[in-house]
Amino acid sequence: MSAAPPQDLVEQALEIATLPCVAWVTEHAEANVRWANNALTTNGEMRSRRLAVTATAEVAGGTAAGTVIQQIAGAEDVAEVVAAAENLARTGRPAEDAAPLVENYAHHDLWDEAPETTSIDVLGELSKGLGVAFESAHAARQLLFGFAEHGVATTYLGSSTGLRRRGVQRTGKLELNAKTADFQSSAWLGRATRDFSDVDVAEAIDELTTRLSWARTKLNLPPGRYETLLPPSAIADLMIYAYWTANARDAEEGRNVFAGGNGTTKIGQRLAELPITLFSDPQYPGLETIPFVDFTSSADDTSWAFDVGLPIDATTWIQDGVLRELIRNRAHAARTGSQPTAPADNLIMDGGGTANLEQMISTTERGLLLTCLWYIRDVDPERLLLTGLTRDGVYLIEDGQVVGAVNNFRFNDSPIELLGRITEIGGAELTLCREWNDYFNRTVMPPIRVPDFNMSTVSQAS
Amino acid sequence: MPQLDDRFLALPLGELSDAALSKAKELGCSHAEVRVERIRQAYRSFRDHALETTADGQVLGLSVRVVHNGVWGFASDITLSTDTAAHLAARAVATAKVSRPLTPASVELAEEDVYADASWVSAYEVDPFEVDEATKTGRILGLNEALLAAPGVTHATAMLGYVHENKYFANLAGTSTFQQRVRLQAQLTAVNVGKHGFATMRTTAPSTGRGWEYLTGTAWDFDAEVAEIPELLAAHVAAPSVEAGLYDLVIHPSNLFLTIHESIGHATELDRALGYEAAYAGTSFATFDQLGKLQYGSDVMNVTGDRLVDHGLATIGFDDEGVAQQRFDIISGGTLVGYQLNRQMAAENGFERSNGCAYGDSPGHIAMQRMPNVSLQPAPDGPSTTELISGVDKGIYIVGDKSWSIDMQRYNFQFTGQQFYKIDKGRLAGQLKDVAYQATTTDFWRSMEAVGNQDTYVLGGAFNCGKGQPGQIAPVSHGCPSALFRQVNVLNTQAEGGQS
Repeated sequence: MSAAPPQDLVEQALEIATLPCVAWVTEHAEANVRWANNALTTNGEMRSRRLAVTATAEVAGGTAAGTVIQQIAGAEDVAEVVAAAENLARTGRPAEDAAPLVENYAHHDLWDEAPETTSIDVLGELSKGLGVAFESAHAARQLLFGFAEHGVATTYLGSSTGLRRRGVQRTGKLELNAKTADFQSSAWLGRATRDFSDVDVAEAIDELTTRLSWARTKLNLPPGRYETLLPPSAIADLMIYAYWTANARDAEEGRNVFAGGNGTTKIGQRLAELPITLFSDPQYPGLETIPFVDFTSSADDTSWAFDVGLPIDATTWIQDGVLRELIRNRAHAARTGSQPTAPADNLIMDGGGTANLEQMISTTERGLLLTCLWYIRDVDPERLLLTGLTRDGVYLIEDGQVVGAVNNFRFNDSPIELLGRITEIGGAELTLCREWNDYFNRTVMPPIRVPDFNMSTVSQAS
Repeated sequence: MPQLDDRFLALPLGELSDAALSKAKELGCSHAEVRVERIRQAYRSFRDHALETTADGQVLGLSVRVVHNGVWGFASDITLSTDTAAHLAARAVATAKVSRPLTPASVELAEEDVYADASWVSAYEVDPFEVDEATKTGRILGLNEALLAAPGVTHATAMLGYVHENKYFANLAGTSTFQQRVRLQAQLTAVNVGKHGFATMRTTAPSTGRGWEYLTGTAWDFDAEVAEIPELLAAHVAAPSVEAGLYDLVIHPSNLFLTIHESIGHATELDRALGYEAAYAGTSFATFDQLGKLQYGSDVMNVTGDRLVDHGLATIGFDDEGVAQQRFDIISGGTLVGYQLNRQMAAENGFERSNGCAYGDSPGHIAMQRMPNVSLQPAPDGPSTTELISGVDKGIYIVGDKSWSIDMQRYNFQFTGQQFYKIDKGRLAGQLKDVAYQATTTDFWRSMEAVGNQDTYVLGGAFNCGKGQPGQIAPVSHGCPSALFRQVNVLNTQAEGGQS
C-alpha cells in the first residue's frame, strides 16, 4: 500500500475537482479459508483500496452525474479518477433524480482515525478447531464443508460541500456443512460474526451432529401445502428479497408488489395480521453498518448518485403488520412530498414472540421444519412470487418431535403473501441467511410458522 | 484487429513477476504463479426518457498463488511494486502455513506446456471505452424512447454494460501470457401497466464477446427487435393463462441457453462433482463414477466445452493457470464423457492434462474451476424451428429467458421466459402467459427428440455466473439450436403460492 492516508486521498480528490463532487475511499482487508471433504480447498488474504468519485455538472436541460469507482494504489492515481468522473458528468444527460449535493451536517465520526484491518490470524483458532473437527468427522464417516471469511471496510467520504464522514464495517461469517459419507444426509448452519471471538467450532459441530442424527430416518413426502416452520435463516432470505424490491417509485408507477393502483402504493395497508415489525437501523447493536450513503444505487434499483453522504436513519418498513415505508431518494421524496428513506445494510424483523425453534417444534402436531432456502428467484414480480429449493435438511415433526428427514422440495410462494399467513412468530435472533449472505450479512429474524407453505415439486437433491 | 493495450503493457509486468516468483522460489515453493489484471467495467441504466446511472469502474492489481510444502497459499494487493510482489509471495506462504492443519494430502498439478511471451486478443472490432459517451447513451436512449413511443408501452427501461479485460500471467515454469478481451450486453424492457396489473417484455439480444459494433448492426438488429417488442407485449397482456399440465416444448436458443447453463454447464464442473462446492453452489448428480456411463440425454444430445469460439464470453487464449485454450466433449450421443477441469483436479483424478477451465474474476480472487462456453451442437441436416413446431400436436414454443432456479445437485429446475406461444396441431396459435416449465435434468434431456439445424443456432450467454467463496462472477456463453422436448411439466404460476 501507498503511504498516503485515505483522508489525504479524499482531500486531494476534492482539491483537484473542478465540479461539485463527492469522493470516498474504502480501505478493505479480508481473510478467508474454505474447505471441502475434510480438507482445505482455498484460502487467502486480500487488501484493496478503492476511490469512488461522483461528479455533477450542469448540462443542457438539467444536471448530470457521473461516477467512477477504481482501485487505486495511491495519490498518483487520484487525478485520473476525478477527471474520468467529471468527464462522465460533463458529457452526460440530465438526471431525473438530480438534487444538490448533501450539505455538511453534525455527526460523531472519527475522521482522523486510521483504517481498521484484519488478517489471516483472525481465523487461526477457527483453523485449529476445524483441524480437530476434520479428524473426528473422518472417524465418524462424515464430511465437512464450509467457508469462513472476515472482512473490514473503512470508508472515508468527503464532499465539496464540506461534509466529511468515516465509517467502519466489520463482516464475518462461518458456514459449516456436514454430510454423511454417502452424501445422502446433509446439515448446515451459518453464523454471522464481527470478529470470530464468538464462534465455537465444537458447539457448531454438536448442532450439526444432532441434525444428522435426525436424518437417520428417511421419509418421502409428496408435493403439497404443508404446515411449515421456517427458521430465522430462511425467513431472512425471503424478507431480504422483499426489501430489495421495496422501491417507492416502482410502486407508484404500478410495477412492483407494493403498487396500490392509480399512482398509489400499499403504504398504510395491512400485510400481516400478527404485529410484525420489519426495520433497518445502522446503529442496531451487533448489526452496526455504515450510517451514510456510500453507494450510487441500491438493490431495489433506486439511484443515489446525488445522495452520496446522506445519513441513513433507522426506518420502519412494516409496523405492527402495516406497510409504513418504501425506499426513495431525495429527489423522489421532494417530488412526492415525503421523506427520503435510504436503505441500511441490515434488516430486523420482530413480532413480539419469545418461543425459540425447539419450543415451536414441541407445539407442532404435524409439520415440516426447514433448515434454509436456496436458489431463490422471482417468478411473478407482480405478486413477488418466488421459487427456490429447500436445502440441507427438511425434517418431519409429529406430536412435537422430529421423526425424520424428508426429501427436498421446490417451493413457489410470495414473502408478501406469506406475511399474511403467518400463524406464529417466535423470538428474533441474530442469524445468517443462506442464499444472500454474500451480499447481506446482518439480520435479526424470528422463526415463523405458516399453515400452508407451497411445496410445488419434489427435488431429488440430498 | 485490435492490439494489446499499450498502457497495460507499460506496467512493470516482468519485474513484478520476477520479484514474486524469485521470492516464492527462495521460500521453497514448488509452484508459484502471478496474475496482474486490469478490468475496466461500465454500466449505464435508463428509465423512460432519462439516463439514470452512469458508473465506470476499474480493478487493477496483482496476486500471487503458491504451493508451499504441498499446501495452497494466496495473497493479493493493488500496489504494483516489486516490493509488494515479493511481500505477497511471503504472505501467500504465510496463508499456506496457517492452512497446513487443514490439508491432509499434498497438492498435485497436471503438466502443461510452457508458453513464453504468448499474447492473445479476442475477436472484437470497436472497444466501447473508445466510443464517446454521447454516442453510447444516445444510442440506447434512442431505442428506449422508440419503445416508449409505441402504443401500450407505459414505461421502458434499458441497460448497457461493457467490460475491457487485460490479464498478465506468469509462473515458475516459465509461462508468461499477455491477453485482452472485450464483452458487451444491452437489454431493453417495455412495461405495460393497466387494470390487469403490470407486464413486461424484454429484448432477447444475447450478451456477447463483441465490442460497440454489436449496437451498430453487427450480429444483431436492435432496431428491428425493439420495433417488435410493443406488439409482443400487447399480445402477452391479452394472452390467456396457461392450463397446467404436460406439454411438448419447442425451445428457442434465447431460452434454452440458460437451461443448458444451469442443468449441463454447472452439473459437469468436476469440482462440484467432487464436492468442493458442496456447502455453497452445490454438488452434481453427475458424479465422477458415472463418467462414460451416465445417459444424460437422448442420442441427439452432443455437448462440447470450449474456450475458443469467436465472441464466446468464456473464450480466452490461456486460462488462469497458463493452460492453452481447447475444445472438448462433455456429452456425446447422450452419454456423459467429460468434465470441466483445472490442473489440480486433472492431476488428482487421472487426467493427463487440464482442459483449461481455471478463472479468477479479479486479481483479488483465487483462480478456480469455472465454466467454459458449454454448447449443445445442432444437427447437420436437422429441422428448422418451423419444422420442429410442425411436429407438435399440443405444445408451447418458448422464446427468451426470464426466471431460473435449480437445486443444489442440478436435478430439479424451473424456468420461465419472455414469450410463450401455444402450438396447436403443428402451428403457432397465439401467446400464453403464466407459464413455467419444471423438470428433472435427465428426464428433460432424455425427452429431447430433435435438435434444429445450424441455421437455428444462436450463441447466447451471460455476464454474471456466480460460484465460489468468496463469491466470483464469470462471463460465459452457450450456443444451441432450437430443440423439441416431449411431455414436459408446465405450471400455471398464478396457481402457485399461498391459499389462506
